[in-house]
Parts: sequence; C-alpha cells; structure tokens
Amino acid sequence: MTISPSLDERFRAAAATADLLDVAFDVLPDTPIGPLLVGVSDRGVCRISFDAEPEHHLELLARQFGPRVLRSSKPVDRVRRELDEYFAGRRQHFEVEPDIRFVPEYHRVVLGELARVEYGTTTTYGALAELTGNPRAARAVGTVMHRNPIPIVLPCHRVIGASGNLTGYAGGLHLKEQLLRLEGAIL
Amino acid sequence: MIPPFETFYETHRDEVFRFLGRRLGRERAEDAFQETFLRALRAYPRLEHGEHLRAWVFTIASRIVVDEARRRRPQVELPELAAEDGLPAFEDLAPLTGDLPPKERAAVVLRYGYDLGYDGIGAALGSTEEAARQAASAGVRRLRKERQ
Repeated sequence: MTISPSLDERFRAAAATADLLDVAFDVLPDTPIGPLLVGVSDRGVCRISFDAEPEHHLELLARQFGPRVLRSSKPVDRVRRELDEYFAGRRQHFEVEPDIRFVPEYHRVVLGELARVEYGTTTTYGALAELTGNPRAARAVGTVMHRNPIPIVLPCHRVIGASGNLTGYAGGLHLKEQLLRLEGAIL
Repeated sequence: MIPPFETFYETHRDEVFRFLGRRLGRERAEDAFQETFLRALRAYPRLEHGEHLRAWVFTIASRIVVDEARRRRPQVELPELAAEDGLPAFEDLAPLTGDLPPKERAAVVLRYGYDLGYDGIGAALGSTEEAARQAASAGVRRLRKERQ
C-alpha cells in the first residue's frame, strides 16, 4: 500500500499553507527552453536551474535556507505564471523578488547591477565590472554570472563578451541565444 | 546533518501510511498521515541530528493513533504504543520505558533517545513545550520510583 498521489499533493499543499517550508520547489517540465527547477522562499524566488533534477539541489538548498525543503506546487505558481508570460513575450520585468541573501557580498553587488540591465538589451562583462567600481574585474563578473542562482529573472543571458561573442551560459549557449532572440536583442 | 525534508518524507511516507492504515483503517489514516508529517515538519528544524528519523516519525504517528483512539473511544484502554513495530529507539529504551503511560513514554524517548528539545517534543506530540517538559519529568520520576 503506497500513498495516493492526491494524498501526497494534499500534504504538500498543507505544508505550504501552514507556512512551514524554508524552500518550496517544483519542476516546470516543459518550458520553451526545456525543464526548469524553481525554488521559492518566504522572500521570493531563490533558485532557478536548467538542471531540473531535484536530487541535485536538495542538499544545497537545505544547507542554505534550512532543512524544510519540499516540492510543493502552489507556492511556485507566481513564478510559474511570470515565466510563462515571459516566454510568451508578454512580460519584460519580473515582479517576484529575487532572494539572494546567501550569495557572497561581491556577488550580491554584481547581481544587483545585473538586475538593472534592461529587457532586449545586452551589456558586457567589462561594463558590468565597471559599474561595480572595478573595471578590471570582468573575469570575476563572469564567475558571478556562471554561479547566478536565479537565471532568467536575474538576466545573466544579457551579458556577453566585448567582441560580441555570447561567451558562455550555464544552460548552454543555445539557450542564451534563444533568450536573447526572444527578447529581440539579437536577430 | 539533517537530510532535506523532501528526502525524509519520500523515504518514510509509504511505510508510515501502511502503519496508520493498519491501525486506523484507510480512510482515517489519510488525515492521520497528514497530521503526522505536519507535526514532523514543525519539529524538524529543532532536531539535533539526522539519526533514527524512522523511529522518530513512527513515534509521532503512534502518538496520533493514541490521540485518535482516545478521541473516538475515551473509555477504552489505550493501544500499546508502536510496540509491535520493533522500532530501534523503542528497542533501546523499551526495557526502561515499557511500563510508562504512552505520553510520558513518548516524551522520554524523544528527549533521551533523540535529544529533541522540549519545544520540539511539544510540536511533535501536538502539545506545548511545558506539557512536554512535564510529561518527560513525570516519566523520569516514575522510572526512578520503579527502580527503587
């Protein structure tokens, strides 16, 4: 005798309603750029990953945010809706707050500047480094982009090489290109 | 290191549900199942280590079975607390706590078997920190008396 899917869902919903979760996550199985894992905390969205295998994220989320990490669909609805609208070309700004309290200080500063790079535009690693007061830190900015815990919402896909090369992306260059195309930043 | 709750839940949910189903019947087991894991979730951040989690969640489930039985048939003698399931912590503490009333026994096992704090025990048993403290100390007093 195993528990029914409906009982399972009922418990997961009740856990979220009772406000007992440090992180609620869910997998969005079929976005235009493939499956995404989305995690939300009480402060907003705290994780988006192109690696949608929960096993690969549970330990780290638990270590950072607390052990009560559970898949629960409802808390993720708002991010799900905003992402749907973004992928449909109907949303240019995310309203959900990014929760980056556990990234290192320097990363937080860079991600703060990144958040201001407008939809449909691109910037460079060097330009972003300059905005954070350290024009020679382009490589460090690259590292921050690579470790961005909330891609898409924090738009690291809008940061490209000075030569115009797309350079790199955690989800693969083809996704970076796809997102920039969606935004009309490249043809 | 306490495992992420998702891992804990996925590991134990079917077994806990089977246990509740045997004790309460499938229909009542569903509510008891949800209550068990909500109580576990409340107490979870206060666990000091990730050992004996199976026994721990069965302690909570047993407690809920007892509450359910009391609520339904207050005159009837309470069922023995999870004795037939042969849980590790109960095995360890059984010779000592076997004769305690269920609530004191659960409090003693959670306190001294799992190092759970009184606030956590209160949450796990669905009562208060103070009630948990009283149950554990009443249990210990009773054990001392029995040993004399």
